[in-house]
Amino acid sequence: MSAVQTTSAPDDTRRRGPLAEVVFSLLRSRTFLVGIAIVLFWVVCAFFGEHFAPYDPLADDIINALSPPSAEHWFGTDQIGRDVFSRVIVGSRDILTVAPLATLLATVAGTALGLLTGYFRGIVDDIVSRILEAFMAIPVVIVALLAIVALGTSKTTVIIVIGLSFAPIIARTVRSAVLAERELDYVAAAQLRHESAFHTMFVEILPNVIPPILVETTVRLGYAIFAVATLSFMGFGIQPPSPDWGLSISSNYGMIGGGFWWTVLFDALAIASLVIGVNLAADGVHGAFND
Amino acid sequence: MTEPAKAQGAKAQNTKAANALELKDLSVAYRVAGRNRAVLRNLSLTIGQGEAYGLVGESGCGKSTAALAVVRYLPRNGSISGGAISLDGQDVMKLDAEALRRARAESVSMVYQDPGKALNPSIRIGRQLTEIFELAGVTGKAAEDRAIAMLNRVRISDPPSVMQRYPHQLSGGMQQRVAIAMALANDPSMLILDEPTTGLDATVEAEVLDLIAQLRQELSASILFISHNLAVVSNMCDRVGVLYAGMLVEEGPTEVVFNDPRHPYTVALLRCLPRGGQRKDQGRLDTIPGFLPGIGAAIKGCAFADRCALADERCRTELPPLYDLGDERGARLSRCHHHDKAQALPRATPSEVATPPKPVAQPVLRVAGLNKTYASHGHPLRAVKDVSLDLKPGETLGLVGESGSGKTTFARLLLGLVPPDDGGTIELEGKALAPKLENRGDDQVKAMQIVFQNPDSALNRSHSIRHLLSRALKRLAGLSGKALETRLEDLVRSVRLTDRHLAVKPRQLSGGLKQRVAIARAFAGDPRIVVCDEPTSALDVSVQAAILNLLADLQAKEDVSYIFISHDLGVVRYLSDKIAVLYLGRIMELGPSEAVFSGPHHPYTEALLSAVPKLDQTGTARIRLDGEIPSAVNPPSGCVFHTRCPRKIGPICEQQEPPLADAQPGHAIRCHIPYAELARLQKAGVTELA
Repeated sequence: MSAVQTTSAPDDTRRRGPLAEVVFSLLRSRTFLVGIAIVLFWVVCAFFGEHFAPYDPLADDIINALSPPSAEHWFGTDQIGRDVFSRVIVGSRDILTVAPLATLLATVAGTALGLLTGYFRGIVDDIVSRILEAFMAIPVVIVALLAIVALGTSKTTVIIVIGLSFAPIIARTVRSAVLAERELDYVAAAQLRHESAFHTMFVEILPNVIPPILVETTVRLGYAIFAVATLSFMGFGIQPPSPDWGLSISSNYGMIGGGFWWTVLFDALAIASLVIGVNLAADGVHGAFND
Repeated sequence: MTEPAKAQGAKAQNTKAANALELKDLSVAYRVAGRNRAVLRNLSLTIGQGEAYGLVGESGCGKSTAALAVVRYLPRNGSISGGAISLDGQDVMKLDAEALRRARAESVSMVYQDPGKALNPSIRIGRQLTEIFELAGVTGKAAEDRAIAMLNRVRISDPPSVMQRYPHQLSGGMQQRVAIAMALANDPSMLILDEPTTGLDATVEAEVLDLIAQLRQELSASILFISHNLAVVSNMCDRVGVLYAGMLVEEGPTEVVFNDPRHPYTVALLRCLPRGGQRKDQGRLDTIPGFLPGIGAAIKGCAFADRCALADERCRTELPPLYDLGDERGARLSRCHHHDKAQALPRATPSEVATPPKPVAQPVLRVAGLNKTYASHGHPLRAVKDVSLDLKPGETLGLVGESGSGKTTFARLLLGLVPPDDGGTIELEGKALAPKLENRGDDQVKAMQIVFQNPDSALNRSHSIRHLLSRALKRLAGLSGKALETRLEDLVRSVRLTDRHLAVKPRQLSGGLKQRVAIARAFAGDPRIVVCDEPTSALDVSVQAAILNLLADLQAKEDVSYIFISHDLGVVRYLSDKIAVLYLGRIMELGPSEAVFSGPHHPYTEALLSAVPKLDQTGTARIRLDGEIPSAVNPPSGCVFHTRCPRKIGPICEQQEPPLADAQPGHAIRCHIPYAELARLQKAGVTELA
């Protein structure tokens, strides 16, 4: 690469910035485009779903309860006669608020912890990292149970539980990136200007570890969606009568034995498609930064 | 057809095949951002059987591309857009995949710059070697025997034990020997060496070069030797070609080209090097203005015209052919319309310097009894041992020694980046410095700054040049607002950058420009001492010359002192007033630059100097150090250098560590041999040693 660098400074100043380069490479990545299309589809549903859903997702119709998919009810109806198709369309609303917020919380907390442990190393790193590892060893469900006992059931609880459970994972990624940056001479140069630790961490190092943070965040978002759906399935967090996918599966899965598969299948497919969409997008982001 | 004509025809056939490699009008392009960009332009060269041909030029001129093109091994975006390649008379362009694979496996071998990357880290050396023989159909014990023979051939002692080791357990020099052994394993007819010694220490480089020179006599292989180091090529090759912007600009017998260059580029390149003991007070180095044309740039006329003071209208519009100069010393080509007056190329940088006589002053820096001990698996590792020295304002102290000698650790101790052991003192302008950086005053911190080796690591890639320099001015000079802006302009001008450079990020600048930014940052707070840790080792010679001139100018202007670390002794000599030679963390020799370089000197200094390939060197006998620098965890008893010392006098060297004693006023040598005796021995030359 030194060849390109030393050749022509005037040429180089016209080159695209690093951000523009990443965007270009994202737009060329088929994986990313497919993923983001799926995600955007569900985002549009979350915002405008009720306008094009054929029925009111909350309106019951006991007479037509548990009717199989038909021209009238494409995905059939559930045990109190609500239209499954309409519920699936609108059902992305809660999950698409809770999961990104939880991921955001995890990213902010994880980045701060990762910078601290990676920058100070030594005893700070030893203590904080051991605590984080201990935390990671506890299953999310148990953390959720404890949090619900302490904070009560609400979307906020779900955000905090998932956010804090994922923070150590992001912290670990950030820490390893910071450890590598720490060895570079610009950090020594900052010390030779008597810069504060805060400045060195957040102004000098942070901008250089943004790429791995972005990749980790998109990957975590996929897991967060899955975790939110799991928690609502278990009855934590999102509460009835919200048409949330996880919640719908939870309240209907007893019906599968009776052959009423449509009450569960479409919600499950919706969750799967969203997780796949996010993961494809995450793959694309990863590729764009690691080309 | 008559008999003689037939014979002549057959002979012509033979002479054709007699050339090991022939490139004819070879053009190679890389596809970047949807456009084909020419990297090699109509390159023609011929390497005869058993000949060593050197290809020189600065980075980006297409040297490595030429090497890869020979076996059609270009990166995926590269393609040969024209011309012919023939290896041993065989047309490489016409080979099918299988024949090409065989040619790569059997007749051409390559050795790359970084042996660490050429060897598979998880496979033992023995296995990697025998694999090659197995491909050729030799297996089992026979393959092993041949591997051992191969290692013997590259002068590796105890091959069976080396075969058992993994690459990381070998030193860089040993790894490169193994890589050479692998390259020679199937007795190639063509050996391509791409910067084979660039990453190695001078002493190791000398060993590897000696090895290659010896092997040349034993083998029939022809060599294509690629290097940016003119001195290395001049010592290794019969003929040399100078490449510029993918074009051959000059070619001829090595000593003729380097002593009587006929292309302005070659002339300028040779002038950039500090040679023959040139010093900063004797004049500035010449530089080459401007930049290499970008890859794929459309070139009308002579590629070098924009940077050439001799260029006229004809040069800019008409591509010069390769003029045959018809030298009686051998075929001689130059791609210059004015080849007859190339040596009259005016200097790009005036040589004159006004060095004000230095008033005798108190030392700005005084170091006494400085030690640094690391713990290595529970054992103490003395990285720096009992170093004492002082430095006057406006002086440069050159630190030399092989890697692992403690140069960089010493610099980091001074800067406070690493705290020294208790006991030693560092005094800056008469005041003791706290061992740790955070306990030093702001004034003390700004008074001692550093220019790092690698600007890519030293400049934060997320920040603009303006941010980098403003922040330094704010923190180190305490400036803000209008005053900062004014000073920023001065600072930028003083390192010969322009406002245009302020808005960009480091990655948008060339290596030389980045290093200027790093220098500007170090000078932001009017420092008293600037540590320069190999500041030019990543740069091309023309850029290096400009940076060295800049450092010398800034020193003359600001009366700043430098601590200059470099493995390039020519560069150290150019800039230094004083030299400290380090070995295993100890000062072996300390004295005025001229005294240390001209000798008599410590045997280690003597060996270091002897290892440097010189352009002007004419077959003088050389001293070689055997083996590697010993581990600092377990340094040799007595004089630490005795294990490798070519002038060891006896048991005293193994039992007693000699003191660093004044041999002459101000010139101290750590050796048991008396000064007068050293003088006699070194005057007699090394012939006695043999």
